[in-house]
Amino acid sequence: MKKIHIILLVLIAGSIGILLTFLKTASTYDTIDTAMAKPGKFVHLMAKLDKSQPIEYDAVNNPNYLSFIAIDTLGKSVKVVYHNAKPDNLEISEKLVLKGKYNNGQFECKDIQTKCPSKYKEEQAKGGTHPGNVPAKK
Amino acid sequence: MDYIGENLLPGQLGHFFIVLSLVASLLATVTYFLAAQSKNETDSIAWKKLARYAFIVEVISVFSIFGILFYIIHNHLFEYHYAWKHSSRSLEFKYLLACFWEGQEGSFLLWSACHSILGVILIKRSGKWEAPVMTIVSFAQFALATMVAGIYIFGWKMGSNPFILLRDSGVFDNAPGLHINFDVNQPLRPDYMQSVKDGNDLNPLLQNYWMVIHPPVLFMGFASTIVPFAFAMAGLWKKQFGEWTKPALPWALFSAAVLGVGIMMGGMWAYESLTFGGYWAWDPVENASLVPWMILVSGLHTLLIYRHSGHSLRATYLFFILAFGFILYSTFLTRSGILGESSVHAFTDLGMNFQLLTFLLIFVLPSLAFFFYRYKQIPSVQKEENTSSREFWMFIGALVFFLSAIVIIGKTSLPVFNKIFGTQIAPPEDAEFAYNSIQVYVAIIVAALTAISQYLKYKDTSGQYFWKKILIPTVITAALSLLFFLFGEINYNKKGPIFQGSIWLAVICSIYTIVANAGYIWLGLKGNLKLSGGSIAHVGFGMVLLGILISSSNKEVLSNNIGGIPAPLAEGEDPRENLTLVKDMTANMGRYSLTYEGDSAHPKKQLWFYKVRFKSNDGKEEFVLMPNAFVNYKGNEGLMANPDAKHYWDHDVFTYITSIPNPENAKDTTSFKPYTRKQGDSLFYSKGFIIVQDVKQKDSVPQELFGAQGMLYEVPLKIYSKTGSVFSVTSRLANAKGEWFAIPDTITSESLILQLQKVNPDKSIELGVKESNAVMKYVTLKAYRFPLIKLLWYGVWITAIGIIISMVRRIRLNRASRTES
Repeated sequence: MKKIHIILLVLIAGSIGILLTFLKTASTYDTIDTAMAKPGKFVHLMAKLDKSQPIEYDAVNNPNYLSFIAIDTLGKSVKVVYHNAKPDNLEISEKLVLKGKYNNGQFECKDIQTKCPSKYKEEQAKGGTHPGNVPAKK
Repeated sequence: MDYIGENLLPGQLGHFFIVLSLVASLLATVTYFLAAQSKNETDSIAWKKLARYAFIVEVISVFSIFGILFYIIHNHLFEYHYAWKHSSRSLEFKYLLACFWEGQEGSFLLWSACHSILGVILIKRSGKWEAPVMTIVSFAQFALATMVAGIYIFGWKMGSNPFILLRDSGVFDNAPGLHINFDVNQPLRPDYMQSVKDGNDLNPLLQNYWMVIHPPVLFMGFASTIVPFAFAMAGLWKKQFGEWTKPALPWALFSAAVLGVGIMMGGMWAYESLTFGGYWAWDPVENASLVPWMILVSGLHTLLIYRHSGHSLRATYLFFILAFGFILYSTFLTRSGILGESSVHAFTDLGMNFQLLTFLLIFVLPSLAFFFYRYKQIPSVQKEENTSSREFWMFIGALVFFLSAIVIIGKTSLPVFNKIFGTQIAPPEDAEFAYNSIQVYVAIIVAALTAISQYLKYKDTSGQYFWKKILIPTVITAALSLLFFLFGEINYNKKGPIFQGSIWLAVICSIYTIVANAGYIWLGLKGNLKLSGGSIAHVGFGMVLLGILISSSNKEVLSNNIGGIPAPLAEGEDPRENLTLVKDMTANMGRYSLTYEGDSAHPKKQLWFYKVRFKSNDGKEEFVLMPNAFVNYKGNEGLMANPDAKHYWDHDVFTYITSIPNPENAKDTTSFKPYTRKQGDSLFYSKGFIIVQDVKQKDSVPQELFGAQGMLYEVPLKIYSKTGSVFSVTSRLANAKGEWFAIPDTITSESLILQLQKVNPDKSIELGVKESNAVMKYVTLKAYRFPLIKLLWYGVWITAIGIIISMVRRIRLNRASRTES
């Protein structure tokens, strides 16, 4: 066997090892229930903003404190705390990916990814802006 | 029905050219194939002639489609869905091109146009390789043409047509106002265009000059990877296994330079226009374009090994096939919507997943199968490479680079993995570190090998030669490293000493790359710049590495927020990077003090510029940055911020707005809280206290204003703020012509509003106090300092220049050898 083949095998084995380790360190997508079941573990929480509850953010007092209630498709809700500026499309988001840990009764978030309705869909929902755009009476 | 105000001719022409392009590219593929297969010389020439005509028709069609679509956008023909969706009347001319490629259809056209240009050059230049190479290019053109076809085949929609009319796009399906009798089941009103006054506009984040230039360069890079691939396939096909490497080499160099620059232009755009605070985030979309480049560069190096030593031909085949294959894979990743949660900037799903997957597999599977079928026939040298030879170490470098690309794309493909296996695996907690922790070692190995390999000769190097030559650069590097060790620093210690140490080592190796390759231009090549393309490119590459290592690991958060409510934070975690600046109040921020001086609006758009003055504490620097933000821009509710940076030769100060008062909240909803106090009493508010100094009634008031029974009370107040400021205000309450008037006083910086509401007969007063953010103008921002980021940008250009010098030299050599033979 040539030296280069040995090196090749070692490097390929190494690469596979790296990818397998990556899978081990990977986290999971969770609902609020399953995230609460493993406090202190980093998860991707799939939820949305509970729009009936107030959002707590006061940039003048503390621009690094945001708190709101998130609710998931199963109807469970949790208080979310995020030590960063409020993502500006939070209120109109239709889905949130909250990356963080559940701890002491609240979800401590490191990163928030907001999923917003696309421009296209939004325009559809609004149904154009024609002045005579009055819904037909049935 | 006839609709009023539509211009249908461009669309009809567009449809015609799309169909023509489909037919012409297919015809070119078939005829080039026959030309390549034909055993008979005259037949072959005849087929080739036909094929050329077909390809020229294809080129004309593609450019016509391109021109017509641009005409539609430029003339604001919003009856076409593409123009309506991606542009607007207020858009500056320079961004009209950017909206051309904002959509998937436009970017496919751009790709196709790049192929067309490359195809024409190939027809002129590639001689006997024309027929097999152009078979593959033409077929790729056909595949791209299907992407914009928008034709229904047995009820299955093939491609997405850019000339679709707005009224056919389904946008109005839920808009009763635009339909006859307000009934969505009825056809549209003939005058519907009257209500389509303006388009949706280009995404504000793409309204940046890099977005005009980055996509064409990137797509030229994408497109050009097909050429080395096609040459490799042609080599397998014609069983001339090694010969194709000669004409393919300049193409591979071209591709490496253009794709590399294209990718880094994306980084520059991200740095200037996005707000994740950097130029690279290991986002799937970024990785998907980096990986083919890395594999292509590996292939470029194995190709050079083959040209000089006869080794590594098989690896070259594999690398060129995979470089192109991963271009197609990245197309699939970014356009299919499969990335979903994991990427911020993927294209929206057009429902073309099946077609995109077919595009990928129809090229990759047969070419890999063909490669393994012919594998045994591909010549390889049986003799082992000498460990003192250049090819040995170059191959290892190429291999490490290649495997690192595979590791990157493996991690990026997690969503694909989930889809195939039905798993729910999410990226790890620190996704960036998952990449950095591995790639720093790749940087160390590749940089070290790049430094020494040039000093080795092909086949065999005598130890004496090598040590003598490498001595000087090594000594210089050692000296520079020592200096860096003494005076420089790597501050990044969040991930422990091992990672910090690895960054140190990588920095030293990058310096070694720069010094050794710059030195080689004189030590090895006697200063002949024409021959030094490779060395120059490697110097640039070393600069890129060094720039990345230092700017990222020493990136400093300037906007550290020391004040505010202490929040429970996990150990070692401090994400409090946002700082709020109240207008005209100077705030301290690390080495700078900042003042938010005001804002100004763009004359036409809802784009605001925030003027923030930076003053260094030592008084040596003072400058103004104007980060801007689109506020509630055309249906994009919220804030879309663009950073601004002050560039110094050795660092950038970089800032962007993270939050502004919501105009909705600015409506003052809090009410006055009444307090009863007497002269000399004090009263507290959240940021200090107020002392009532006196309660006075004015003796005489002008009768014509106040009437006969008029009264005016004056209460001087002193406000002591926690910050140490003292304000004096006199609150007034008047009774004029029988009515009471209370005039509120505002102390802006304290967000305090005071109102004298009542004066009782015992001279006690009722003072209304309101604390409201609505009175305040403020911005919340983040600021960073990026040291030595210029090194990265210059490194990119130097790398590209080096590669281009090599390319020119290789083209000259090929030409010379052709005239000799």
